[in-house]
Formats: sequence, C-alpha cells, structure tokens
Amino acid sequence: MSIDPLFFLAIVMMGCATYATRLSGYLLLRGVRIEGRVKAAIDAVPPAILTAVIAPAVFLQGWAEMIAGAVTLVVALLRAPLLVTIGAGVASVVALRHLFM
Amino acid sequence: MMRDFWCDFWRGFGEVWPMLLAYAPIAALWGAVAAGQGFSPLEAILMSGIVYSGAAQFVAVDLVKAATPLSLLVFTIATVGLRHVLMSASISRHITHFPKLRASILMFWLTDEAWAILERRALHEKLTPAYFLGASMPLWPNWILFTGIGALVGNRLGDGSAIGLDFAFAAMFIAVLAGFWKGPRTGAILAASAAAACAAKLLVPGAWYILIGGIAGMAVSVALHSERETA
Repeated sequence: MSIDPLFFLAIVMMGCATYATRLSGYLLLRGVRIEGRVKAAIDAVPPAILTAVIAPAVFLQGWAEMIAGAVTLVVALLRAPLLVTIGAGVASVVALRHLFM
Repeated sequence: MMRDFWCDFWRGFGEVWPMLLAYAPIAALWGAVAAGQGFSPLEAILMSGIVYSGAAQFVAVDLVKAATPLSLLVFTIATVGLRHVLMSASISRHITHFPKLRASILMFWLTDEAWAILERRALHEKLTPAYFLGASMPLWPNWILFTGIGALVGNRLGDGSAIGLDFAFAAMFIAVLAGFWKGPRTGAILAASAAAACAAKLLVPGAWYILIGGIAGMAVSVALHSERETA
C-alpha cells in the first residue's frame, strides 16, 4: 500500500474537476427563474441526455441490442416497475445474443 | 422525523440497488486495469472514492499511462464530465427546497444512474434529501469496494456481459426515458439526440457523443418552442 504524493495531487484535482461538473449546473440555475427558450432547452435535458448516453449502445452494437432495447421500451411503457423493466432488458439481450451468434 | 428520513432513504435505495450489481464487475474491471497500469491498490481505491466517475476513470488510466501533463489530464476529465453540468442543471429545478449546503454535498453523488432515478422520481413526487441520498450514495462504497477487489485480486467477476449486466444500464435509462414521453415533440427530441449521438460516436473520439447528442435534442426542443410561439 503506497501512494505517490504527486499522483495523489492529480487524483484530488481530477476529483475537483468531476465534482465541479456535478455542482455547477445546480449553482448556475439555483434561484434563476427559467422561462421561454431556456426552459425549453432545460426541459429537454432529461430525454435528450438519456437518449444520447444509450443510443450508441442500443443502435450501433447489433440486432440483439436493438431488439432488446425495443423490448425494454415496450415493458417500460406498460408501466412495469423499474426492476422488472431492467430484468426484461437484461434477459432479452442475453437470449437475443445467443440467437444472433 | 428520523423515521421519515429512513423511509425515504430506503425508497431511494430500493430503486438503485440493481445498479450495485451491474456496477460491481465494472468497478472490478477498472481496479484490475488500474493495477495493470502500475496503480497501487490504495491509489486505485482513492481514485474511485475521489474522482468517482467510471467514464472519467477509464479515460484517466489511459492518459496516466501516456504520461499526460497534469493540466491536460484535469481538463480532459472535466470534458468527460460535461454531461453532468446538464444533469445537475436539470435536477436543480427539483431540489430548490433543499438547503444549499446539503444540496451541494449531495451533488457529489450525482452519477448518471442516480440522476436517472432522481429524474424519474421527480416526474411524480417531490424529491427529499433522504431519497436523493438513498438513490445515489450507496453506489459510492460499492464502487470503491469492488475497485479494491479488482486491484487486489484481478477481475475475477468477468465483464458481466455473459449474463447481460452490460445492458442493465441501457435498460434502466430506457425505462426512465419512457416516463418523459409527451407526444410528437418528444419524438423529435429523441430522434435528433439519438442520431447526433450515434454520428458523433462514429466520428469523434472520446465521450463527446453524450454532450453532442444532448445538445442536438435541446436545440430541437428550442426550435419547436419558438415555432409554436410565432405560430
């Protein structure tokens, strides 16, 4: 168990960088009244970022992931609990990967 | 008062715990990779505890190996985390009633997974600090623990893809996404975001695709908004 002091400094600075990104949005918008176009932009953040994060994993990997993504969406739209939806997605991707291998 | 706290805490935990399972192999993999690059187990554990970002840590291991200057290292880590600026801005609207210091501390645990769960909850119910803590913080000791295991004994858990664990994250995001459907306008936002993210993933190295896709979706939302206003 050892640690290089300079490396520890690097870790702390990287930690500050990630924390700053997580804190900044809150501090920037705290107490700001959001209206008009800014509201339209911020309202779109959850669906837009959720989609952007997973789009390559769903659309660029192969048929198994694409179909499993559709299965997951259908289960989610049926208002299944979160755990059931995740389970359906995981189970279908395993089955489909076997099918397409 | 305390009973309310724990009640909400466990509600949050009840949503996030599947992600503990999904992230154990990823943390162990990162720990093993870091050890392979010459990180001591203590260094790997500290990095998971302090930097606490899967994407940033996998990028950082490569950069440290390439002897990247510290300033560039920190800058790159910040760019990998830029999506969190948008997540933080979005969730800030649902926690305006939190004391500022408490909210600022909770933001440390605002990972992608925790953020998705919080946005889903905020669709129907008011967020509480206890729920925020329960839905976000448990991922942290889990991440640190399995980093240490990976660094010490190597990644014995496999990559998790054999039992589909690599898809758990995508499945959870799809589940959360379904709650945001508000008609054709949402469809346009999703299409723009997905197309831009996939194009960026293929064309631009690194993790820029998340930010590019997100901004494309936001731009479409703004464009549709002004159209409706002038109509």
